Amino acid sequence: MKNLLIASAATLALSVAANAAAAEGKLVLYHWFEYMPQEVLDKFTAETGIEVTMDTYDSNESMLATLKAGGMGTYDLAVPGDYMVSIMAGEGLLDTIADGELANKGNIAPEWADPSFDPGRASSIPYQWGSTSFAVNRDAYSGDIQTTDILFNPPAELSGKINMLDSQGEVMAMASLHLGIPQCSADREQLKALNAMLQDAKQHWASFNSDTAKEVLVSGDAAVGQIYDGFAAKAREEGANVEYAYPTQGYVAWMDNVVLLKDAPNRDNALKFMDFLLEPENIAAVTNYAQYNAGVTGVADFLDPALAAQPEKNPHADAGDGVFIEVCDQETQAVYDQIWTNLKK
Amino acid sequence: MAAGAASGGSARADTYKDARGWLLLPSWAVLGIFVLGPVCMMLIYSFLTKEFRGGVIWEFSLAAYDQFFFDRGLFGDEPPSIEWTYITIFWRSIWQAGAATLLSLLIGFPTAYFIATRPENVRPVWVFLITIPYWVNLLIRTVSMKFLLRDQGPLNDFLIGTGLIDSPIHIVNTNFAVQLGLFYSYLPFMVLPVYAAVERYNFSLSEAAADLYASKWTTLRRIVLPAVKPGVVAGCILVFVPSMGSFLAPDLLGGAKNFMIGSLIEEQFKGNAGNWPFGAAASMILLTMVLIILMFSARQQAKADKTEG
Repeated sequence: MKNLLIASAATLALSVAANAAAAEGKLVLYHWFEYMPQEVLDKFTAETGIEVTMDTYDSNESMLATLKAGGMGTYDLAVPGDYMVSIMAGEGLLDTIADGELANKGNIAPEWADPSFDPGRASSIPYQWGSTSFAVNRDAYSGDIQTTDILFNPPAELSGKINMLDSQGEVMAMASLHLGIPQCSADREQLKALNAMLQDAKQHWASFNSDTAKEVLVSGDAAVGQIYDGFAAKAREEGANVEYAYPTQGYVAWMDNVVLLKDAPNRDNALKFMDFLLEPENIAAVTNYAQYNAGVTGVADFLDPALAAQPEKNPHADAGDGVFIEVCDQETQAVYDQIWTNLKK
Repeated sequence: MAAGAASGGSARADTYKDARGWLLLPSWAVLGIFVLGPVCMMLIYSFLTKEFRGGVIWEFSLAAYDQFFFDRGLFGDEPPSIEWTYITIFWRSIWQAGAATLLSLLIGFPTAYFIATRPENVRPVWVFLITIPYWVNLLIRTVSMKFLLRDQGPLNDFLIGTGLIDSPIHIVNTNFAVQLGLFYSYLPFMVLPVYAAVERYNFSLSEAAADLYASKWTTLRRIVLPAVKPGVVAGCILVFVPSMGSFLAPDLLGGAKNFMIGSLIEEQFKGNAGNWPFGAAASMILLTMVLIILMFSARQQAKADKTEG
C-alpha cells in the first residue's frame, strides 16, 4: 500500500513537471468559430514547437463578455472586429506592441497599416477583411436584389423566409443604411423611424441566427440570409443557388484583427504567432480557407486563383459604399439597446 | 434535496451523535459554494450600477428592477408606466414551459407505466433505452431535432410521400417547435420519477378495484394516480423548471425571434447590451417565481399527506 502511494505521488510529481515544461511552449488563442484552418496551426507548431490551444466564440460581444468576466490572463490573443478593437482598447484590455517587436510588421498592406480603430497598429495586426450584406436564393426570387428592401421590405415571395444575423451591430448598421440615417444617430425622429421600421420588418423574418447563417441557406430553410461574403461563397460552393448582394444603399465592411491581450501568459509566443500570420504564405492559407481577404502585401502569389474571380469579392458598379460599424457613446447606445429589445420582445 | 438527505440520515443519527456536526460539513460546504454563494452574488449584483459594455460599478442602484417594471419610453424620459415587455417575455416562457410539461406528462406517464408493468428483469433494459439519447450533448440533439422537423426534412418528406399532406408543414421557427424541443430535452426527467413511483405501486390494489367493479378509467383516476402523484409532481417540476430558463430550444428551434427568459438573461451578459445588473435582477425574479411554485406544490403535498394520514 505504502509503495503504491509513493509510486502514485511520484507519477503525480512527474506529470506536474511535464506540464510545467509544456507551459513554456504554449499559446492560447481566443478566436471566432470556423475561421482558422487546423493546417495553419499545425504548421506553426511544427516550425516553433509551440503548442496552440484555441477556444472559439460566435460574436464580438460574447468575446468581450468572457474577457471582462475573468478571461483576462488566460488568453494570449483574440481576434476582434474593427469596432471591437477600439472598444477593447478603451476598456484597457489590450497590450501595446513596441517598435521592433514584430519582425514582419512591414508586411502589413499600406492601406491597413494605420486604421482608425487602432492608430499605428499599436496592438493589432490584420487578420481578414470583407463585407456583410445578404445573399438571396435565386430559385426563390429572380428580381432585383441590389437593394436593402430585400431585408426590410421584401417582395411577397421572400416574406417569412429571411434569416437575420443575431447581432445588434450588424442589423442596426444595415437598417441605418436602409433609412439613410447615421449609425449613431441622436436625432429622436430618426430613432423613432428606425424603431418603427424594424418593428414592421420583423413580420417578414423567419429567424435570427448567426452560427447557422450559412446552413439555413444551404438547407433551404431560408431564401434570404444576412451573411458575410465568405460565408455566402461557401454556401454557393455547397450547392445553394445563392447570389450575394451589394445593395445600392451600401453595405457593412469589416476587418478582423489579431490583438495582443493585456496580461498574456505567453506574450513572446503570441508575438511569434503574429509574425507567423504576417508571412504572406501563412495568411494566404487562412484566406483560401475562410474566403475573405488578407491585409498583407505579397499574398497574391499564394492565393487560390479562383478566389479573386468570386462574385462575392467583386462589387458591381452601382454598389453603395462599404461602411464600418460605428461605436456609439453610452447614452446613444442605451436607445439602440432599447430598440433591439423592442425588436425581440 | 437537502430535506431528503437530512431525513435519510436521521435513522443513523444516534450512532454518530457526537460526530454529526462535522460529518455534515461537506454537504454544508457544497450548499454554500454551489447554491448560496452564486445566489447571493446574483442578489448583490442586481442592486449595483451597470457598467457600460458589461460589468458593474459598486454603487447601490434600483435601476435594474426599475427597468424591469417601469416603461419610460424609448429615450427614458417619459413618465413611467407599467412595462409589459418583460412581463410578456415571462408569460411566454411560462406558457412554453407549461405546454412542454403537459406534453411530457402525456407521453411520459404511459411510457413509465409501460416500463413498470414489464417483467422485473427487463425493466432496467427499458430504462436504459430511455436514457441512451441523453448521452449525447443537448446542443447536438436540438440541432438534430431541427433537421428532422424542417420543411425539407425527413418528417415532411415522409408525410408528403404517404400523401397525407401536399405541401410541407412549417414547424421550425414556431412556438410549437420550441415546445417539442423542450419536451424532447427533458422527457427523461418526467419518465424516471414517474417510473419510480409506478414501480412501487402495489398492483393488487388495481385488482381489488376491478373486483369491486371499478372501470379501468376509474381505477386509473381514483387508485393509481393518487398513489403515484408524488412521482408525477416531481416529474412536472423537473421538466417545468429547466424549460423556463432554457435558451437552446428557443434560439435554435424558435428562431430566436422572441425572447424567452433564458435568452433575455443570456443577452444581458453575452450580447451587445451588456447589462449585468439587469440580467441578475431578471434571474432573481425568475428564481423567486420558481421558489413560489415549489413552495406551493410542497404545501399541496403536505396537505394531501395530512388528509391521507
